Amino acid sequence: MAKHNTPLLDELESGPWPSFVSDIKQEADVRAKNEKGIDFQIPSEACDDLLGLLELSYKDGTTHWKHGGIVGVFGYGGGIIGRYSDKPVEFPACASFHTVRVSQPGAKYYTTEFLRQLMDLWQLRGSGLTNMHGSTGDIVLLGTTTPQLEEIFYTLTHDMDQDLGGSGSNLRTPADCIGQSRCEYACYDTQELCYFLTMMYQDELHRPAFPYKFKFKFDGCPNGCVASMARSDLSFIGTWKDQIGVDQAEVALYVDGTNPSNAGAHKGRDWGAFDIQAEVVDLCPTDCMKYENGELKINDKECTRCMHCINVMPKALKIGKQRGISMLAGAKAPIVDGAQMGSLIVPFLPIDQTMNKQLADFDSEEDWMEYLEEKYAAFVEVIEAVWDYWMEEGKNRERLGELMIRQGLQKLLEKIGMEPQAVHVDHPRTNPYIFWKEDEVPGGWNRDINEYRKHHAR
Amino acid sequence: MAFISSGYDPAKPMEGRITDIGPKHYDQFYPEVIKKNKGKWTHHEILEPGILVHVAENGDEVFTVRCGGARIMSATHIQEICDIADKYCGGNLRFTTRNNIEFMTDTKDQMLALKADLNQRKFPGGSYKFPIGGTGAGISNIVHTQGWIHCHTPATDASGTVKATMDTVFSDFQDMRLPAKLKISMACCLNMCGAVHCSDIAILGYHRKPPILDHEYLDKVCEVPLAVASCPTAAIKPSKVELPNGETVKSVAVKNERCMYCGNCYTMCPSMPLSDAEGDGIVLMAGGKVSNRISAPKFSKVVVAFLPNETPRWPTMTNTIGKMIEEYAKGARKYERFGDWTDRIGWERFFDVCELDFTHHLIDDFRDAAYQSWRQTTQFKF
Repeated sequence: MAKHNTPLLDELESGPWPSFVSDIKQEADVRAKNEKGIDFQIPSEACDDLLGLLELSYKDGTTHWKHGGIVGVFGYGGGIIGRYSDKPVEFPACASFHTVRVSQPGAKYYTTEFLRQLMDLWQLRGSGLTNMHGSTGDIVLLGTTTPQLEEIFYTLTHDMDQDLGGSGSNLRTPADCIGQSRCEYACYDTQELCYFLTMMYQDELHRPAFPYKFKFKFDGCPNGCVASMARSDLSFIGTWKDQIGVDQAEVALYVDGTNPSNAGAHKGRDWGAFDIQAEVVDLCPTDCMKYENGELKINDKECTRCMHCINVMPKALKIGKQRGISMLAGAKAPIVDGAQMGSLIVPFLPIDQTMNKQLADFDSEEDWMEYLEEKYAAFVEVIEAVWDYWMEEGKNRERLGELMIRQGLQKLLEKIGMEPQAVHVDHPRTNPYIFWKEDEVPGGWNRDINEYRKHHAR
Repeated sequence: MAFISSGYDPAKPMEGRITDIGPKHYDQFYPEVIKKNKGKWTHHEILEPGILVHVAENGDEVFTVRCGGARIMSATHIQEICDIADKYCGGNLRFTTRNNIEFMTDTKDQMLALKADLNQRKFPGGSYKFPIGGTGAGISNIVHTQGWIHCHTPATDASGTVKATMDTVFSDFQDMRLPAKLKISMACCLNMCGAVHCSDIAILGYHRKPPILDHEYLDKVCEVPLAVASCPTAAIKPSKVELPNGETVKSVAVKNERCMYCGNCYTMCPSMPLSDAEGDGIVLMAGGKVSNRISAPKFSKVVVAFLPNETPRWPTMTNTIGKMIEEYAKGARKYERFGDWTDRIGWERFFDVCELDFTHHLIDDFRDAAYQSWRQTTQFKF
């Protein structure tokens, strides 16, 4: 029997989409019956009271969670977010309901063994409710009390070899797309680079020392499945410099309808017979393709690697072999100065295709990390130059993108030692308000007015 | 309940402390077929909505069954996911960036058995536990934020708006009839901890009243200069206020007409709450994307300035979203994303066909970038 009546929430139990209300009720029921005999370390009625509190919000149209509350684990400035309700008397079992962010594994692959261990811990020491996953990527454990925090951290680190994620003004937990693990479009090993940088910058992730939050995201190709261009201060997008591989025999199988267009993504409607001219050649944004006499020709020099043709004909067209990464900087959501998209700062950094040793090829993770430091040295150099600049010039709570707007893209390019190129802009400036550097103008700016007046009367 | 120690000794917090170890290495979590073929996949095909096969150079195949999930997920539900993965997938699974669950097997028979099993698992209220879909030219799961269930700044609920919307568009989660993929995102306030500014359709919680000032406590719990500096429109200034008891305290004053209710001040100062049953509600945005395919990534645009919070199922919101999707499905060409369609037909035509009102709220007046969005040509449609 439910502890609280929740007539409004109950209406969210019907309909086909998985009902979070049904699921929370399920956990409430498991806790009430407690068939496993768990000695719950936070109130067993936590899920019931959470439903009661949420029902109240549905009734009165406003939240009942208080602002913040500084809690954490010793020595870390992030990973835990304090949360208290403003109805502790009516709903005591969720009065204190802190969040624990747990650093998610690459591409969110799991073994059931790991997840079961984590859920056992969370049913014992928390509400049993989670987010799989939080918006930035972490495993989010929702709802525990202050005395449990160190205990949870101890079990995570000692028994599960697992750390917390980021929160506050630090490096947030980096996130990657599925990458080469199961995608033929990936131009680099997103899991490897994401893991390497996550491990390299553990201090920056746990101990806030930045002006504000900072996010890395890793997309294996310009399709951008982790939205790095919109959601990360530094975005790493895989790309290539040479030719798209073309298998003309497979192209023919698309043309005759044997292969489904776009890997079958359009099977739900009859769009008529596949038309390579209309669906591929004419949609190419740079008009760099031709289909003549049964042969597809690509003028790769003009290609901007938008992925459309490859997406439409994945069996026939392949990403190039000379691969690397385009880095973009400054993306963020609107708070405070408006939304920003990432801006291209490093057009192409190659990845050495011969350096493909895996962790298993080394005696220790330290040796492997050393190998990766060499492999990704050029990326580390850019990252640290960006951070040096932002930590020097950024105001309190100013994201990198806002600093870039305040001081100009050329300032960031200068700080990372990148020569400005036409690819850095959509078009050159439309105003001539150019800020020259003093050393660019012969003779500098200090002039003698008396000397000037010799030739120009007052 | 008796306190159970993990082994941690509060008297000696540094003893044996382990820190800075990061996440577990991904190698430990890959299924065998993934580990073996990483970097060697040649192509893939979506066999039917929610079911993919990826093929490796050596002919190995991995079948993926993608299921939707509520982002709020209980331990009991996750244990059920583990039971399924143990039975069919050798104890491995993964989640996607859009909160979907992916079960992988290396044989077609196992995939078919898995599919049949998933389809019959339902919650007592009748909803699917593991609806299969979310691939190709359809609607994938909605990424979203916390809302009323666990946050102090929301202007609406996240899980409820998402559940109501996914119920409405469910047939498109399980189909691939749309011109291109369509991503819906939800953020319950302007902070957008789940960024929705580049989504085909975005649901955004929005406040419409300036902060209430808790003068008696403000200076005790807030740094006045930080609150003042937090305001992007310079609407806040320091002030002195006389309380009813005659005491004069330091506080702030807000120029209401300059406030656009972003809540950034509340983030810095708990004595400036914004939430309000009548003021709060939903903004709908449309036409954004993050992919570089054909056209460049673009921001979503505001298409509905305000809808009230109609709990528990937000019918006006879901009907409006449903109508936009129908018109997009009807009007867009194959491969054309929502924002590419609106760009081609023009926004004036979009408001016509979607039967949406265009009001002054939809003309940008925030900073210099606003000017870029005004029509600077004689080309427009009657």
